[in-house]
Amino acid sequence: MTKILVVDDSNSIRDMVSFTLKSAGYETVEARDGKEGLSKAQAGSFDLVISDVNMPNMDGIALCGELRKLVSFKFTPILMLTTESSGDMKLKGKAAGATGWLVKPFNPEKLLATIKRVIR
Amino acid sequence: MSIDLSQFIPSFLEESFEGLELMESSLLNLEQGDDETINSIFRAAHSIKGGAGTFGFNQVTEFTHLVETLLDEMRDGRRAIEQSDIELLLDSVDCMRLLIESIRDEVDCDLTKINETSDLLTISLNKGKESEEVQASGEQSTAQDQPQANAGQSIWHIEFIPDHHLVQTGNDPLLLFNALADLGELVVEANCKDLPAVTDIDAEELYISWQLTLTSSSTEEDIKEVFEWVEDECKLNITEEKINNSEVAPAQELTESDDSSTEAAATPPTASAPPPPLEPVPEEIHTAKSQNKTVEAKATTKAKAEVGSIRVGVDKVDSLINLVGELVITQSMLSELGNDFDITKVERLTSGLEQLLQNTKELQESVMRIRMLPISFAFNRFPRLIHDLSKKTGKDIELILKGEQTELDKTVMEQIGDPLVHLVRNAVDHGIESAEVRIANGKPAKGTIVLDAYHQGGNIVIEISDDGGGINRQAVFNKALEKGLVDEKTQLTDSQVFDLIFEAGFSTAVEVSDISGRGVGMDVVKKNIQSLGGRIQVESEPGKGSKFKVNLPLTLAILDGQLVKVGTETYIVPLITIVESLQAKPELINRVSGDMLLYRLREDNVPVIPIYKLFDITAENEQVDNALLVVVEADGQKVGLMVDDLLAQQQVVIKSLKDNYQQVEGVSGATILGDGSVAMILDVPGMISMAMKSASQAQLHKRTTNLEGVTA
Repeated sequence: MTKILVVDDSNSIRDMVSFTLKSAGYETVEARDGKEGLSKAQAGSFDLVISDVNMPNMDGIALCGELRKLVSFKFTPILMLTTESSGDMKLKGKAAGATGWLVKPFNPEKLLATIKRVIR
Repeated sequence: MSIDLSQFIPSFLEESFEGLELMESSLLNLEQGDDETINSIFRAAHSIKGGAGTFGFNQVTEFTHLVETLLDEMRDGRRAIEQSDIELLLDSVDCMRLLIESIRDEVDCDLTKINETSDLLTISLNKGKESEEVQASGEQSTAQDQPQANAGQSIWHIEFIPDHHLVQTGNDPLLLFNALADLGELVVEANCKDLPAVTDIDAEELYISWQLTLTSSSTEEDIKEVFEWVEDECKLNITEEKINNSEVAPAQELTESDDSSTEAAATPPTASAPPPPLEPVPEEIHTAKSQNKTVEAKATTKAKAEVGSIRVGVDKVDSLINLVGELVITQSMLSELGNDFDITKVERLTSGLEQLLQNTKELQESVMRIRMLPISFAFNRFPRLIHDLSKKTGKDIELILKGEQTELDKTVMEQIGDPLVHLVRNAVDHGIESAEVRIANGKPAKGTIVLDAYHQGGNIVIEISDDGGGINRQAVFNKALEKGLVDEKTQLTDSQVFDLIFEAGFSTAVEVSDISGRGVGMDVVKKNIQSLGGRIQVESEPGKGSKFKVNLPLTLAILDGQLVKVGTETYIVPLITIVESLQAKPELINRVSGDMLLYRLREDNVPVIPIYKLFDITAENEQVDNALLVVVEADGQKVGLMVDDLLAQQQVVIKSLKDNYQQVEGVSGATILGDGSVAMILDVPGMISMAMKSASQAQLHKRTTNLEGVTA
């Protein structure tokens, strides 16, 4: 089963993303911030990581950079879930190794449609 | 596939309120260059905006967007943190709260303040970045100039030359092609000319490029969107060839260099709306709004049905599970014991029962702890209140919070908020003097208000103290005289005088301000506290300040009670009200006033209330001489309840009479005892007022003067 790591400091967003993914048959693991996300990522393997950018302790960009350093995450798609659609943020994400970005407000159908671009 | 997310609205609302609280308290503590604080404020706003957008709460999204933009500028250091901005942000927090509350309560909110604040935000935002704005709008218009409509199908020739490291960011060309294939008929041709010799191949690099031909009615934008995530990591040439017309449309070449300018157009329309300083609202937004309304309506009905939720620490849940485990062990031990029980096993039975008792007690405590929240939930609104009040009154005031981790039942917490606010307002308005007066009296110009909470026995005590002028005894007394509450000859102790401020319609403020002093306050405060089973006391010293002490039960669900017997009935007297129990000595009984008996208890004369008479039942003992008296205190008034017998002390679970039957005077609730019988819990203040009512006004007066004569 396709396993997805969802990282967001907002409970409701995390719940919603997770709920949407689960209802489409994906397996999800949730983390509250980059730090927790990283430790969960180290503990298992994932087919996709969806992460918020603005988070306490470790933000999404830093998480992305850390994940890319792990052998098991070298090619794993990492999507940034963010309201910041500015080019600046995208460049930062790209530089850290992000695969792409999902723009909030988050729309369940669109989320499912877009992640098909990076996972089978 | 349609996915209904409305079930997450309640948790979004809860989270938003938490976020707003955090924003507020952080804003109050914000200092220049404090990056972490400003970041956390920004994150809170950001989360609210994100959630609101998802649920289609457009007003919240639009408004929060402005707030977020302002915060973003502060965060990036593009804007100095000025007091005026902080005030504006605090106002914005209020507005966001209004908006979110209106979503929760399913009502329309007053938009005047919101519009005003959002105008102010826009002005503040425009101040520094007018030039940027112009540039941005220019970009947008060029983006819109691009031809968009493509009637009929076209053949798109797409040349896709990925950078060699493309796969290292997790992108996979095959999946992109799949997405393209969803748009129409796709022909893929791979170009392997860049492939190096096998020995030189780096397995982590991508050497192939592709030539794609897509037959589709999609626009160029749709195609570019598929490549959105990789556009910086590849060369992408898209050429259109109309099918209907034989002539080939002018090729639109797209290379990395001009990506940035078209990016605005390429972002999907779901992206957050730009800040709305633009006045004319396009029609589409109208329709979108009306759609959202129906969504909102549907969602809130769901939210309403929910009976509030509580967040519980995992440790608390773990300890519960532990205890339940132990309970199960005890239960299995007992039932095994019962299988073939004989008298030799009595000892084991007793120890088993003891264990059961212990388990139950611990379980009860743990369950109670679930409802317990640190009082900081009630306290954290005060920094803002003090901030606002000191601005309004021009008094410089420091607020000190203590004992914020003291835990309190959630229900009690919710109901104590307003009385506390009133007490704090009162301390600011009446307590703390103006700076000039303070300096003249040799005090520091800055006033101090301390909020403290701690546990004492089974109660929580909340203290609100100020270092102001204290209560003016004479002013209170004169006012009471004026209101006819006392007469000139009455001799009162300090605390009796101070208690007068809790009388209805009592205010000694010379000028009525809009903060307090309308005379509708302290009596309500006292009533609210009493309805929670608590007490309020006041201490004051002229020139030094006043201290209000609120004593509250930790929980409303369980009560420590003294079981008493009257005739065949068992009643429960709340332990907190009991001063002492004694056997009445005949020589100390004073029958001065008709119906009302007085018992001399050391310094005091205490009215005796025979319960049997009050509730009209028969008692074993109807004689006061040598009867058992339970002396209880409520509202600073002591009375002796005459009972037949004192039984055990125990914790009882309160069952509401109002829910199960109806409100009964003199009874605050009921409980079920160990033997299954129902016992009434006595409402001591209620009983006192019942007894008072039954005695005539004249006797009452006589009694008071008598009482005072003795106390003096």
